[in-house]
Amino acid sequence: MTLHPILAALRKHKAGVVLISLQIALTLAIVCNAVFIIGQRVERVNRPTGLDENDLFLVTQQWVGAPSSDDPAGVEKLDVMQKEDLAALRNLPDVASVAPSNSVPLLNSSWTGSVSIKPGQQLGDKSGTRTAYYFTDDQVLPTLGLHLVAGRAFTAADVQHQGARDQRDRPVIIVSQALADKLFPQGIAVGKVIYSDGSSAPSTIIGVVARLQTPSTGSWGNDFAWYSTLVPTRLDSNFTRYVVRAKPGRRDAAMSAVPAALYAVNPMRVLDADDSVKSFADIRTSAYRADVGMAILMGVVCLILLCVTAAGIVGLTSFWVGQRHRQIGVRRALGARKIDILHYFQIENLLIAGVGVVLGVLLAVGLNMWLMTHYEMTRIPLLYVAIGVLAMLAIGQAAVFVPARRASNVPPVVATRSA
Amino acid sequence: MFAYYLELALRSLKRSPGLTALMVLTIAFGVAASMTTYSVFRAVSGDPIPWKSSQLFVPQIDMWGPNGRGSDGEPPDAMDYNDAITLMRDHRAKLQSAMYQISPSVVPADASKHPINVSGHAVYSEFFPMLDVPFLYGSGWSADDDTQRAAVVVISSKLNQKLFGGSNSVGKTVNVEGKDYRVVGVLNDWNPQPRFFDVVNSGGFSTGVEDVFLPFQRAIAVGLPNDGNTNCNAVPAESGFVGLQHSNCVWIAYMAELDDAAAVTAYKQYIDGYAHDMQQSGRFGWAPNNRLRDLPAWLDNQHVVPSDTKVSLLVALGLLLACLVNTAGLLLAKFLRRSSEIGVRRALGAPRLAIYAQFLTEAGIIGLAGGALGLLLTGVGVASVGWVLPKDIAALARVNFSLLMLTLLVSVIATTLAGLYPTFRASRVQPAWQLKSN
Repeated sequence: MTLHPILAALRKHKAGVVLISLQIALTLAIVCNAVFIIGQRVERVNRPTGLDENDLFLVTQQWVGAPSSDDPAGVEKLDVMQKEDLAALRNLPDVASVAPSNSVPLLNSSWTGSVSIKPGQQLGDKSGTRTAYYFTDDQVLPTLGLHLVAGRAFTAADVQHQGARDQRDRPVIIVSQALADKLFPQGIAVGKVIYSDGSSAPSTIIGVVARLQTPSTGSWGNDFAWYSTLVPTRLDSNFTRYVVRAKPGRRDAAMSAVPAALYAVNPMRVLDADDSVKSFADIRTSAYRADVGMAILMGVVCLILLCVTAAGIVGLTSFWVGQRHRQIGVRRALGARKIDILHYFQIENLLIAGVGVVLGVLLAVGLNMWLMTHYEMTRIPLLYVAIGVLAMLAIGQAAVFVPARRASNVPPVVATRSA
Repeated sequence: MFAYYLELALRSLKRSPGLTALMVLTIAFGVAASMTTYSVFRAVSGDPIPWKSSQLFVPQIDMWGPNGRGSDGEPPDAMDYNDAITLMRDHRAKLQSAMYQISPSVVPADASKHPINVSGHAVYSEFFPMLDVPFLYGSGWSADDDTQRAAVVVISSKLNQKLFGGSNSVGKTVNVEGKDYRVVGVLNDWNPQPRFFDVVNSGGFSTGVEDVFLPFQRAIAVGLPNDGNTNCNAVPAESGFVGLQHSNCVWIAYMAELDDAAAVTAYKQYIDGYAHDMQQSGRFGWAPNNRLRDLPAWLDNQHVVPSDTKVSLLVALGLLLACLVNTAGLLLAKFLRRSSEIGVRRALGAPRLAIYAQFLTEAGIIGLAGGALGLLLTGVGVASVGWVLPKDIAALARVNFSLLMLTLLVSVIATTLAGLYPTFRASRVQPAWQLKSN
């Protein structure tokens, strides 16, 4: 079959052809970018924190009328109180291990600073490497479920304590593999010395964990999302956080036992049922809620758009079939087979969709570039666009099939009837 | 005449119910998606204090110098204690307040109840008149209370409900962080979104309510620590909350009311003069690099409207556009198929205008039906944003009368626009040619 008669027929419907190609172009542009956004969000949500997240939960509490952490005596009293809490939690029957920590990954509450292999580098100096600190104790590795890949874990002798707003030397630290690689690109980090927050006091890296995400999920933290530092120091203030690993499958039981256990140690504290004891699953859900929401929203938009476009093609082709009822009859009477009529409409659609996708690719890339300049967006991989093009052509063919088949069923006798 | 067009349009729509349904559905989905995302956008981009936002200003002082600036050369977005206190002492604006976020515990008088945690701000007395904060009972405290570091507190109606059963609690005592405070005022419902007076610490939107307001100097005196962000470009030399006050770490929000252009100019000169003095005295090793933005500009600068919201709106508008192109294509096919009918009408003396009126009426009816269905879908959409968006933002999106009217209006106008070209084509039909070919 030659293309000539199809093109000639299309010329008679210029406006309709332009509109449907335009619609296919718009659909392709929007769907490509929306699917790209969905892909990015799904990738973000699925990145592992490095923790064993099952059976893990976080307790956040605040003492009332507690001593001030600004004077040394107050710090000592607060530390005693914190140790009592830790002991009470460790004694719970469903609890496997407990570690104090100022934060956990995805919590969006962080203490960040910068580390450098040279002493005395100021915080503002861009040459340091940004990192997020986890202030914790010797139980941190089993509690968070971190994998030590080199060196050793903290021991009880490494653990110190300090007021939450104090600055204290950090003689030993454990860093994430990503941070170790950043600081020491060629070679082993264990045993090396680094300096944190512009200090001239050395910190020795005694261990490296495979992976540990920082608490921040905001865009400001993207640059150092995997640069974590563990410090064996309990922070003392009127406010503490405890990370608890329950025995396998006993998380909910352990969580419900926590308030009573802590109130028994000291009732003068704020510990509200909803916010104070949170499973890690909940922390993860709330951290990524916006991303999941955006992905769902984009998914719904794509679905509507594809349905509308498919329905539009069906509607418009049906009209054309109706309009050319008699011509089809004539062609059939002159010897065209059913399959020829079917192919005619399929090729016609392919041509229109082809023009649409060419325009659509340009629009998709243009929209992506516009989003890149105005919002945090990366360049769309061509694979997305290529898949989008194929999908668009396939949808066009699927949509045209029903009216095209109806056209192919027009009996030749129609040619003999007057309009 | 309109009634006649209406009848013609309805008859035409009934003739092809499938196509009509398709067009109505297309319009409805397009409009509903746009309106749902728009309702979210409207909620987060609205002016939280429209009658006054152009008189409220946020000063930024560059106390960190070139090393602490972002890539865009912006000074820090909050203030250190030293500068905030100096600006308060100099008192150059009509009204002003330094403020910092606090999260103290409150111990209920009923000993059987556990203490609760509340959030709030330490502010100066001028905070309340400056932001037109509504009071249910009592009022804010006086400037004297500021200087006396009086143990007074303003509480929210929610906390008042919790502690005093909603009665007038002015003069009663509340235990905040282990110390007694006298209630001087109870706020009427006041929960501005975004939390414009302290965007830096609230991040803009918040599901909670501000429960307590204490005098700034009182909170400092009792060592009530700040609960928000603290940013440092050098480790504080001294430890503790007092060390923070002596450092150049930034953690204090600041707002000033300046009523006219002259006052704004004078205030800008004042803060630049201050930075210049600091340069002279050697504290700053750089020329003044201050900012003085009014509230809308400040909210924009702080990117309070999440970019996801903007991208969603944009994508939804793209969807609406695609739906309209689709409708235009279908209308075109439909109208041109009726060429012979148009030909007869034209031959019988109908002017082009009458053809226009007839077909635009038909398009308008589709728009109206699409809008009506769109209303329903928008309602469903807005109700379900709570499932997909973060709570602090989803809670703000609401269906109200203006949104409903806008939905209908957008739907009818957009569909009529989509019908313009098909109608134009229909009106160009040559009557003689149509009659002949029949």
